[in-house]
Amino acid sequence: MNTLQQPDRKHAPAFGTLDQVAIAEAKTIKLGNGIPLFKIDAGTQDLVKIEFIFPGAGATSQPGPLVSVGTNDMLDEGTGRFSSSELAERIDYFGAFLQMESTLDFSSACLFCLNKHLRDTLPLLEEMIKSASFPSHEFDTYLQNKKQKFLTDEAKVSTIARKKFTQLLFGDVHPYGHYLSQGDFETLDRQQLLHFHQRAYRADSCHVVVSGKMDPQLDLLIDTHFGDKTWSSMNTPSAKQPALIQSTLVKKHFVEKKDAVQSAIRIGRLLFNKMDPDFMGMQVLNTIFGGYFGSRLMSNIREDKGYTYGIGSGIVSLKQAGYFFISTEVGVSVCKDALTEIYFEMARLRNELIPEEELILVKNYLLGTFLRSADGPFSLADKFKNIYDYGLDYTYYQRYVQVVKNITSIDLQALANKYLQEGQMTELVVGLQ
Amino acid sequence: MIKFNRFTLDNGLRVIVHSDTSTQLACLNILYDVGARDEDPAQTGFAHLFEHLMFGGSVNIPSYDEPLQRVGGENNAFTSNDITNYYLTLPVNNIETGFWLESDRMLSLAFSEKSLEVQRSVVIEEFKQRYLNQPYGDVWLLLRPLAYKVHPYLWCTIGKEIKHIEDARMDDVKAFFKKHYTPSNAILVVSGNVQFGEIKQLTEKWFGTIPTTPKPVRNLPPEPVQTEYRNLSVQRDVPSDALYMAFHMCSRTEKGYHVMDLISDLLSRGNSARLYNSLVKSNQLFSEISAYLMGDLDKGMFVISGKLLEGISFQQAEDAVFHELEKLKTDLISDMELQKVKNKMESTIVFGETSVLDKSMTLALFELLGDAEGINLEVGKYMAVTRAEIQEAAQTVLRKTNCSSLFYQALKH
Repeated sequence: MNTLQQPDRKHAPAFGTLDQVAIAEAKTIKLGNGIPLFKIDAGTQDLVKIEFIFPGAGATSQPGPLVSVGTNDMLDEGTGRFSSSELAERIDYFGAFLQMESTLDFSSACLFCLNKHLRDTLPLLEEMIKSASFPSHEFDTYLQNKKQKFLTDEAKVSTIARKKFTQLLFGDVHPYGHYLSQGDFETLDRQQLLHFHQRAYRADSCHVVVSGKMDPQLDLLIDTHFGDKTWSSMNTPSAKQPALIQSTLVKKHFVEKKDAVQSAIRIGRLLFNKMDPDFMGMQVLNTIFGGYFGSRLMSNIREDKGYTYGIGSGIVSLKQAGYFFISTEVGVSVCKDALTEIYFEMARLRNELIPEEELILVKNYLLGTFLRSADGPFSLADKFKNIYDYGLDYTYYQRYVQVVKNITSIDLQALANKYLQEGQMTELVVGLQ
Repeated sequence: MIKFNRFTLDNGLRVIVHSDTSTQLACLNILYDVGARDEDPAQTGFAHLFEHLMFGGSVNIPSYDEPLQRVGGENNAFTSNDITNYYLTLPVNNIETGFWLESDRMLSLAFSEKSLEVQRSVVIEEFKQRYLNQPYGDVWLLLRPLAYKVHPYLWCTIGKEIKHIEDARMDDVKAFFKKHYTPSNAILVVSGNVQFGEIKQLTEKWFGTIPTTPKPVRNLPPEPVQTEYRNLSVQRDVPSDALYMAFHMCSRTEKGYHVMDLISDLLSRGNSARLYNSLVKSNQLFSEISAYLMGDLDKGMFVISGKLLEGISFQQAEDAVFHELEKLKTDLISDMELQKVKNKMESTIVFGETSVLDKSMTLALFELLGDAEGINLEVGKYMAVTRAEIQEAAQTVLRKTNCSSLFYQALKH
């Protein structure tokens, strides 16, 4: 009955590579008060994501620890007109979702909703952004519960390693490096949040990114709720002086955690952000080293030795700096061996040319990853934000595709010798050695 | 409305094709109807270990990942108590590579000893990382055997203990493959910027020659009805006390599933939900609390879990939860509150249909449940739930004698 021929299973089918990558670009308009609104009209479902971004409301702009995140988290905990529970009741009734994000460089308030509920939910977002009131009993509850979550996180070797590592790289004084501690929860007070909100959540220091399938009335609606001049700042706040980065001079660090079954490892160095001409090349090199499932670190330390469930490396681009890191959790008995193998792989990148076949694989993988990262309205919004935050335009992505396509093994070896010397690394182990 | 077409190959492989022209990607999702519930009680964790071995090379292709990465693709997989699901996405013009790779590992694996040895270690490290080296990591290793005495949901997908993983042998691997990884036990979903005719032809070419064996018959012992409240207390080095309460509920395909899902939302979805409002905000007993379904296909668990604030006893906390549950049983909820959770559910479902990968997984799951068309009926089923059904289900399920409570106590230093 089965008359089908066996296909050729020994050889891979023919495949194509991406030559040009077309990204749907954001359209720009301005609200009545000058707020730039960037629109990405894409997707198949009748829904929308509206994100208000405040670049002056991130941790780098805050007067003290927790002020930025506390202010952002509490936007929905009560306003001039609505109590916390009234807001929650309305948001939930209209099937909407809020996502408050507070990062080192900015804070944002984001609303997800079906288009049919847009008219009911936008006024709520307006209330939160313009008139959050930070009621004191809500503040107490918030702080108490946030502290308990903090203590749970602090019991994980991976959390300790992540926080301690950036502290080593940037120093505790710099907001990028501050090690949040229990004491920070004791000193935070509600007035700080009120002041920070008044200063940082202002029409003239914000922009809006909207993505999804656009309601034809969307511009008008957003302008109605956010386009007035009443919430612009009275006076331009003076730019905060960037704090000094003070890296540790000691290269190897160990934090003991008794009873640990695994130790967390972090190895890395200060690098640069995406404005540097070497950034894109380093992204390719990082991918080969530890940036994808088939990376050298994964192949050696997981797939050959079985020391870990996962190991990876990455480059973090921040507004004022950037860093490179390797991260893993390994069985305590193989911690030393894992460290040896990590440095072995690093040396191999400096001393040997990457074979052509591996390089082609990684290039194609990166181009496919790029395509995935630009799929769907929300991803396209992220693509836009990633360049806008640095004052870049969409040609950045064309350059990226060209760098990925054209970089050679010789270029990559030179980058490894420049930036991946063992002596340049800071090493941290948390757990048992 | 998700449109799709489907067909079945002679060897029993069920195929669903969904076309979405808004993307430049394609997605292949293969669901195998095998999970941790199908394991031998003396060899738990095997379905999940096996999932790792599916990446260790197949009969004609030494490495699974490399050829996929070479054409810009990416993949992953997960194992649950019910199913094992593999998925990949890649630029649509390279879709045939996906067919080549997935069909070869359905045909046969390489069964490499080295791969088995390494993946045993990797999975043991996964066991440590996720279940032993995290605060509260072992909760499910404790709660499942408290709630289940007979049904295989009594163990976690990672397995009962590390020793079961250490003991896995190649003969077991081969037998497991032969029994469960057959075309008749799989559902393939292809989605993205694809044409039905082309996909049908590719499927026949690559999967059509895989020999068939009968779909394995599942015959699991049903869990006896629980008649008494169960309680377990443990002490661990964690920052705060945590309470876990598990109630037995109906299976995924029974009518009551959607009712219980809405009850979990009434209790803990969003900041206006009952447990959050009452036990976190008004009476400060918990720092966080949530209610959720495990999503089990067989008769499953409805769970409430929360972290206690300093100075609150387990008794106080548990009584307060039961007090909230009691309200659902005695008073009909308002139309407005029911509408609220329905609206939220509708949003959740629509937002879950924005990516081809999510759509593919959902289509595969509904096909397993009986009919992929279920994906389009789901909102209607939630909308049809009545206030009386909520009250009835609460009375049936959320009883103390149907509850297994775990008191996870923080050691005082």
